[in-house]
Amino acid sequence: MSEKIIQLIDVYKEYDKNVAVENVTFYVKKGEFVTFLGPSGCGKTTTLRMIAGFEMPTGGQILLNGKDVTSIPPHKRPINTVFQRYALFPHLDVFDNVAFGLRNKKVKTTKTDKNGNKVEKLAKLSNQVIAQKVTDALKMVDLEGFEERNVTTLSGGQQQRVAIARAIVNEPEILLLDEPLGALDLKMRKDMQIELKELHKKLGMTFIYVTHDQEEALTMSDTVVVMKDGMIQQIGTPMDIYNEPKNVFVADFIGESNILSGIMVGKYKIKFLGHTFDCVDDFALNDHVDVVVRPEDIKMVDADDGMINGVVIDSIFKGMHYEMTVKVGKSELTIQSTKERKVGEMIGMNIQPDNIHIMAKEFTTNVYDGYITKNNTVVFGDGEFDADVTQLYPGSHLDEEGYLITKEGEQIDLTDVDVRVEVGLKDIDIDDITDELEETASAVGKIISIIYKGDHYQLIVRTEENEEDYVFDTEYLWNENDTVAISIPKDKIKLSLKAEVKK
Amino acid sequence: MKMHFNRKHLVIPYGLFLVLFVIIPLGFIVYYAFTNGSTGSFSLANFIKFFASPTSLSTLLLSIGVALLTTAVCLLIAYPIAYILARSKFKKKSVLLMLFVLPMWINFVLRINALREFLDLIGLLDQAHLFNTILGMVYDFLPFMILPLYTTLIKLDKSMLEASADLGSHPVSTFAKVTLPLSMPGIVSGITMVFMPTMTNYVISDTLGLGHVTIIGKFIEECFGARSDWHLGSAIALVLLMIIFVSMLVSGGFKEEDNGSRGAGLW
Ligand SMILES: Nc1ncnc2c1ncn2[C@@H]1O[C@H](COP(=O)(O)OP(=O)(O)OP(=O)(O)O)[C@@H](O)[C@H]1O
Ligand SMILES: [Mg+2]
Repeated sequence: MSEKIIQLIDVYKEYDKNVAVENVTFYVKKGEFVTFLGPSGCGKTTTLRMIAGFEMPTGGQILLNGKDVTSIPPHKRPINTVFQRYALFPHLDVFDNVAFGLRNKKVKTTKTDKNGNKVEKLAKLSNQVIAQKVTDALKMVDLEGFEERNVTTLSGGQQQRVAIARAIVNEPEILLLDEPLGALDLKMRKDMQIELKELHKKLGMTFIYVTHDQEEALTMSDTVVVMKDGMIQQIGTPMDIYNEPKNVFVADFIGESNILSGIMVGKYKIKFLGHTFDCVDDFALNDHVDVVVRPEDIKMVDADDGMINGVVIDSIFKGMHYEMTVKVGKSELTIQSTKERKVGEMIGMNIQPDNIHIMAKEFTTNVYDGYITKNNTVVFGDGEFDADVTQLYPGSHLDEEGYLITKEGEQIDLTDVDVRVEVGLKDIDIDDITDELEETASAVGKIISIIYKGDHYQLIVRTEENEEDYVFDTEYLWNENDTVAISIPKDKIKLSLKAEVKK
Repeated sequence: MKMHFNRKHLVIPYGLFLVLFVIIPLGFIVYYAFTNGSTGSFSLANFIKFFASPTSLSTLLLSIGVALLTTAVCLLIAYPIAYILARSKFKKKSVLLMLFVLPMWINFVLRINALREFLDLIGLLDQAHLFNTILGMVYDFLPFMILPLYTTLIKLDKSMLEASADLGSHPVSTFAKVTLPLSMPGIVSGITMVFMPTMTNYVISDTLGLGHVTIIGKFIEECFGARSDWHLGSAIALVLLMIIFVSMLVSGGFKEEDNGSRGAGLW
């Protein structure tokens, strides 16, 4: 089980300058059931097609049993594919579809020639052998007696089975399956999942499977490769992926999670939801981190008996348990419990240290919730800033009365419109506070952290009122605990609408 | 009385057209074919006359020969063109296709005469009458072969080709085992589009064969014109109709096999 059957090294693929797969490196062990999991458009099919040989990588290498096959055409690879839309040949019946690959096959046979010498020859399989193999393959997928049927008259599930039989009958070293169950209904999908898993066990072939259904991936695979935007996010067993997601994306994509922002406030101490929890992950003091807690890991207790309190705002019965939404401060948590609490009731909650999964925040921008004032300034992060609101509607401008006029000439009143605000790490300036600035500054805060990052410092300035943080890079050395005025150039404040504005 | 518009009413113009331009003329043809010229009574004499005459029979055979050859040459030229056009990555494929189909929109007499002048110029006009006739036919009917082939090939599901390669077929064998069988409906409609018209298009054989090549269409024209024997003319027309009918039955059998590419039959 430890032999690497296929290996992708820095495989890269772009279509007309659009990157589909970015530096994918991984290997599959012989006999393994590996699943590519990821949202639509993340590059799963592209990766699979490169393994099959239908696409040539723009860069990188693909090794099959240690040999470079990057530029070997598909018909020379010992790999077969079950296509997403089956791709059965409509002009052939079930038998001929399944026999298609066998008829292309040549096997070494030893024959005795006239002079009594044994010679090795490549020969086609005999019709008898083909018929036997086809019958066996059809039996394997429960389609005995379907040999003469026209494939276009089969149901979706039956076509699916023919497609599987057509591939496995060739006894490929690797079987590729691209969302093979995508077109089936739920019941059929569940049945086929079990059958495929059994088939895998029986055949001992290496299966590489593609799906965007996380449940399917977790139940069927030995190894799951989670992808996003053409990049591998995490490779691991289903257990690993579920219990130890590497980043917020994986946590969010796999199963249900509460994803919260937290700050390290001490060694093995993390603060989120307004409470300081013990945890088992170690991060640097004052690091901004993402915290993932699974709904089933939050234990419900009586109000004031737990680490945090919250108010139930929604409750649904899910068969085995209740799923409740609980409001804690400004955040909402999803929790599961076998006991129900009524909407509006206050409850307490406990979270054990090893159920708190902490991951480094990939901090690239400051993101705030804000709103637009009647003066077309934007309020966010405990401050009020001048910003260019016309960026919300490309080609728009403001009239004398402060209404926004769109390209199409529509008039929009932006007052009180909620926006998402993004500010880059390089776009924030601070000044020492003065009496005058105290009055006029957009926002004021205290420097709580200074981290030296090789050639610059990364500072965090926190406001007093709502503890909003401004994270930014600077070349200058400041002192911790200094109170400073924050300024951001008007053109560096990126705004986007949170919802469509009523005209 | 109030008129209720019903979808069924849409069939009226079509039915009218059918009766006026198909059923009635066909009735006339059948009537003339089965009647005696002088007495007007029922007779099979016209058919007997046609099949008993060696000249008319050889004309029919020649026509079939010319049509077969033209169709075969058209198919051999059109298939690669349609295939390359359909498979090319060029974004403006339809423009390329148009280049091949464009001649169809230039007046047919003009085109044939231009070809005649060209053949005259290179001194071939009076040398090879049959060759010239077939050349003209191919030139004229090629687009009718390209179009249905192109439409079937462009619709051919690429995953079929990938599946074939995936199952170990060399590109050449993929062509033979997948592309060709799946483009059969296009081939069949191309053949019907070319074969029948070439049997009767005597303008081309007259212009380029200089009267040395007489095809069945010419024969019919003579019956209705110079020989003014409408009865014989109708009988021959009916024979041709039967040939079309039979060949349609044969090709119809092909089409039913593959519902997926039915649309190509429209051409
Ligand atoms: N032939 C192509 N030409 C141009 N872009 C392509 C091509 N094939 C894929 N892409 C692009 O590459 C990216 C990855 O596509 P891919 O089909 O691999 O996604 P996927 O993960 O299989 O998605 P899905 O779950 O929807 O099937 C997408 O942005 C897609 O638009
Ligand atoms: Mg896909």
